[in-house]
Amino acid sequence: MASKPTYNIPIGPIHPALKEPILFTFDIQGEVIKGVDFAPGKTHRGIEWMGMRRNPVQIAHLCDRICGICGVSHTLAFSRAIEQIAEIEVPERAHYVRSIIAEFERIQSHLLWAGVAAHELGFDTLFHLAWRVREEAMDVIEYLTGNRVNYGIVQVGGVRRDFTDDQFPRIYQALETYEGLVGKLVTLFLEDTTIKLRCMNCGVLSERDALELCTVGPTARASGLAIDVRADAPYAAYGDIDVKPILPDVYADAIKGDVYDRIVVRLFEVVDSVRIIRDLMDQMPTGPVLWETKYAKILATCKKAEGEAIGRVEAPRGECFHYVRMNRSETPEAWKVKASTYSNQMSWLKILMGEQIADIPIIVASIDPCMSCTDRVSVIRDGRQGVMTGDDLHHLSVEKTRRMQE
Amino acid sequence: MIGMITAAVVGCIGITVYGLLFGLVLQGVDRKCAARMQARYGPPLHQPFIDIAKLLCKDNIIPKNAVTSVFNAAPVIALAASITILLYLPIGSIAPVLGGWGDIILVLYLLTVPGLAMVAGGLASGSPYATVGSQREMVTMIAYELPLAIAIIAIAWRLNAAGVVDPFSLATIAQTPVWSVVGIPGIIGMLLLMVAMAWVTPAELSRVPCDTPEAETELCGGILVEYSGKNLALFTLSGAVKTVAMATLAVVLFLPWNLTWFVPLTGAAGIIADLVFFVVKVLLVVFFSVSLIRVGMARFRINHLVTFYWGYITLIGFAGLLLLVLDAVLGMGVVA
Repeated sequence: MASKPTYNIPIGPIHPALKEPILFTFDIQGEVIKGVDFAPGKTHRGIEWMGMRRNPVQIAHLCDRICGICGVSHTLAFSRAIEQIAEIEVPERAHYVRSIIAEFERIQSHLLWAGVAAHELGFDTLFHLAWRVREEAMDVIEYLTGNRVNYGIVQVGGVRRDFTDDQFPRIYQALETYEGLVGKLVTLFLEDTTIKLRCMNCGVLSERDALELCTVGPTARASGLAIDVRADAPYAAYGDIDVKPILPDVYADAIKGDVYDRIVVRLFEVVDSVRIIRDLMDQMPTGPVLWETKYAKILATCKKAEGEAIGRVEAPRGECFHYVRMNRSETPEAWKVKASTYSNQMSWLKILMGEQIADIPIIVASIDPCMSCTDRVSVIRDGRQGVMTGDDLHHLSVEKTRRMQE
Repeated sequence: MIGMITAAVVGCIGITVYGLLFGLVLQGVDRKCAARMQARYGPPLHQPFIDIAKLLCKDNIIPKNAVTSVFNAAPVIALAASITILLYLPIGSIAPVLGGWGDIILVLYLLTVPGLAMVAGGLASGSPYATVGSQREMVTMIAYELPLAIAIIAIAWRLNAAGVVDPFSLATIAQTPVWSVVGIPGIIGMLLLMVAMAWVTPAELSRVPCDTPEAETELCGGILVEYSGKNLALFTLSGAVKTVAMATLAVVLFLPWNLTWFVPLTGAAGIIADLVFFVVKVLLVVFFSVSLIRVGMARFRINHLVTFYWGYITLIGFAGLLLLVLDAVLGMGVVA
């Protein structure tokens, strides 16, 4: 049979399958994907640029706004980096508050993702259900922090609000709600015939590819890589409790690394988060939640700090990584954010190849991409957007070093 | 002769108005039911009317590389064909307006016309999404036509075997419920055919799980992606009228009973009672084979859709057909 002609389909920068702007270009033969390319950088907002002109206490609030979902992960990673440089000792109770909020964030993020995934499959009933269930976590977060989205609870040196004893019953009530819902969610998502039909053996990422492409978070765990920053390099209060990476074999017999396994991992992480919050609340120590209540002193300490540090946090989507360098000045000398999608996005090329057009939305969504977290640079000159190659970047950095040496 | 033509013209206008209004009401009911099943409040019942009014106020945007004539003709043809189907279908105890000029085979062919018009419009709109959508629509049509044809032929054949005169005429099918001429195997066969028909309906109407040609999240609306304003309104109306046509066809084939057969009502009262009863039956059909299926499922991939209709639904249809044949051969029920 003569080879069929291929044609081109653009998906994006704005498309119903994508929740954030990014451009995919597909070479399609019939309904099958023969070639994939993608161009991020469509939603760059210059947050790092803004941060380089502000002091660390102010940057913490910018961090809240890097991502619309992970309101705490970025701030936590940044604060951890600054706290290491300035040698600020965070009170133990603040670690617990940070971890509990981070776990509620994981619950709401994974349920949000589950809803989006159902919608991408054309299963709107499940989408509405997942988002309704998610509201419980959102309500608790709002009850505890005062905000639904940009929580503004984490700050350099601790947290801005403490949990009071009368708030505990509400937290327990939310945990019980989720414990009661687990069975239902598992039945609806994992035992549904159409979901199995669409997600099993679709968008497969082998363990080796997952490792070689440096994927992180649920995407890596769904392929069988047992990595989780909470377990590998415990931060906040995670060192005090038992955290193990969730792999798809908690539910299925074998690890395939397909879209279905990514659903399994995320759903069971919700279950595990509920357990973790219970453990944290049982062990929660008393005491202050802030290293220093006077902002002036925090600022002065940060201003005197010198050195560099990395803050790593297991965000719902995977490892969130902040590099900060301070040099005895009010503003950081360098601040680099690497969101989890940055590590995961290259796996798209692998997992989309050979699949059908119908699977594009769910496969793209399966790594839970967050483009506004990821887009760190965007080069636009004379109204045209260019792509920087490795050589270009090397050339630019050599130029910069020369400039600094002069 | 002139009287006949006048009656036909008046009937056609009446049916057109009825089809458009009832179609939009059905869409409203479907949206409300689906919303309630998804734990949402849902739009008001008259939302489809608001949508159509809005679309009619808007300009048509014709893409630069579209084939303008085909692009503009497609929605008109689709709506005209959908309304034409209604002219051959009985409504309650009201006989079809053009019943004397066409039978169920014509209806079977007419049902494909709106789909073909959409394919032509999609291919003419010069968008890769619409092209993929059109290809999928063609594949979908190939997939569901066979089970639909099996159901219709099986019923007409069984009526023929029972010695009914003119078994392909819709008036005859509506007057003689097949259920009354079949024996036990025939009843099982009819139930199987009913299942097949219930699954063909969402495919025929391009609703979830068979909205693959439109696939909002994949193709941003597929076939209809380039349509806007009045043209889109015409396609929406065509879809609404087609919903009435498909539900009416299902009612005629499987639930043809009229209230007046059991309750002695005559004249206008009888017609109105039958009409109300008919509306209830149509609502039931739409609820079960459109609303209920679409809230309970994810979208099929195109290859799943073909496997599902050619494999399972066609097999169910054939089983039904065989049981009806067996029924007649064994001489159970009424045989001429």
